[in-house]
Amino acid sequence: MLKYILLRGLLAIAVAFTVSLAAFFLLNAATDPAQAIAGEDATQEVVETIRARYGLDQPLPVRYAQWLGGVLRGDFGESYYWHKPVAELVAERAGTTITLALSALFVTILIAIPLGAFAALNPNSWIDRVALGVAVSAQAVPNFWLGLIMIILFGVMMPIFPVSGDDTWRHFVLPAFVLGASSVPAVMRLTRTGLIEVMGADYIRTARSKGFRSGALLRRHALRNALLPVISVLAVQLGQKFGGSVITESIFAINGLGRLALESILGADIPTVQMLIFVFAIVFVAMNLVADILNAALDPRIRIG
Amino acid sequence: MTQVESFTVAVPEEAAPLTPRQLMRRRALGHTGFLIGAGLIIALALIALFAPLIAPHDPFVQSLSSRMLPPVWDDGGTWEHILGTDQNGRDYLSRLIYGARVSISIGLGAATIGMLIGVTLGVIAGYFGGWVDHGVSFLLTAQLALPGLLLAMALVFIIGPSIWVVICIIGVLHWTYYLVVTRSATQRIRNLDFVAAAAASGATPRQIIWHEIVPNLISQIIVIFTFELGIAILAEASLSFLGVGIQPPTPSWGLMIAEGKEAMFYRPWLVVLPGLCLFTLVIGANLMGDGLRDITAPEGRN
Repeated sequence: MLKYILLRGLLAIAVAFTVSLAAFFLLNAATDPAQAIAGEDATQEVVETIRARYGLDQPLPVRYAQWLGGVLRGDFGESYYWHKPVAELVAERAGTTITLALSALFVTILIAIPLGAFAALNPNSWIDRVALGVAVSAQAVPNFWLGLIMIILFGVMMPIFPVSGDDTWRHFVLPAFVLGASSVPAVMRLTRTGLIEVMGADYIRTARSKGFRSGALLRRHALRNALLPVISVLAVQLGQKFGGSVITESIFAINGLGRLALESILGADIPTVQMLIFVFAIVFVAMNLVADILNAALDPRIRIG
Repeated sequence: MTQVESFTVAVPEEAAPLTPRQLMRRRALGHTGFLIGAGLIIALALIALFAPLIAPHDPFVQSLSSRMLPPVWDDGGTWEHILGTDQNGRDYLSRLIYGARVSISIGLGAATIGMLIGVTLGVIAGYFGGWVDHGVSFLLTAQLALPGLLLAMALVFIIGPSIWVVICIIGVLHWTYYLVVTRSATQRIRNLDFVAAAAASGATPRQIIWHEIVPNLISQIIVIFTFELGIAILAEASLSFLGVGIQPPTPSWGLMIAEGKEAMFYRPWLVVLPGLCLFTLVIGANLMGDGLRDITAPEGRN
């Protein structure tokens, strides 16, 4: 088991650095950062000064090595746009995005698991059809549009929840719903198929023949087994929530990492974009690692085979 | 899942057994989801194709005297502009009709680029196995870990937004689904007898891949293509909405939502209508994809 986790962990680290390498070359090769900092109308002289000041006159591999060296010491460089260390910027805003991502995951669980479970217990009933309809619609609805519709609904027609800002927990209700909705189809479908499969298993039939009523049966045997794979998928979905925060945060004016990402892209602030891509990749890889470990811990066939 | 019935339809004894093609047609016609999805896609594709004939007005002509007119069902709406006009006085229905062109062409282009990358890597990894497979798997893991939207936004912003840049970037970032499916299908097919027979009769790997493996992947590739079409359309809309995709004055649905956002409390239809168009197009693609999967693999091969 320990060997398995170690191997997976090494792979995750390798993946995170490959992503940072790819992002670095794509972002830096496609543009001239010095020109971007100086602005379109800057003279050649100004551009050259900036190039020398930020060390942009070095060849690309040297700059990546410098960046990597900095990262290993916890130094992600200085933001061109905000003129302060990128790591500080990210640290200031990370808490907000973590709150948003966790509340979004909570919304997903609240909607997807009961819906999937009811659908599985009554296949081809009206509730199964409703669940399927929800899954198909949630997959097709543009996330940013759902956000705006929520703002129209709750901003004017039913002002129950605030539609902009991040001061209180009430500010997070609508954004969490919008961000959480995108994970509902995957989690709902997995709960449904998992539970249908478990309900058909031999041990459930045995329990039933011993006189278990279906409520107790569900609590004691079925749901617990059906939800094991769902837990690891939830971990993966949580990893994706950070990347998904870009749209939600910019619509609801939440001052987290997603909004920072949009602002730094529009400000051509490459060090900040570079760090955010790295951080989002790390979160994603870490959550996948958690999912792998959970799977292995729960299912001996994986860790032995 | 509910479509299995049509597969087990009783064939009269004297009738000749159905050919696979007839069987597939019968399954398709009995699949409600597929019929709805295909209907939506065909209708929207025709609207996009014949936009100049259908649109009542030029989608680019501005008119300062008729800005933000309401749609016909609201007070002050006219039949002249059935869905009203936008903040520059352009006819909204005409812009929505032309918007179908932008969404569909970007979706098709990006899904094709993703297909070329994903299928190539998937077939190579599945056929050769070993270190090649490990390398491709690593690439896959890295691609999955990339925050796609963020990187796409940054690249479009840096390179400069144009319809081709948007197509290429979305395509280059969306190939993993093709890879995963074609890789495992290739692994399964390459161990079948007819591949061994081809190899025994002296076929080179290239011939085996092109003549024995790829033809057997086509139905799965079409299914994924349909889903990826929807994903790429949503990706374009998100980029355009954030201002790093299609640029004004081109009528892209995502961009129209961004433009209508400022006035959405007084003129909600400016935001609601383009969103409904996107929703219809993507739901059409998804239903068609689900249906195609049931029709081509009713035994639940995947």
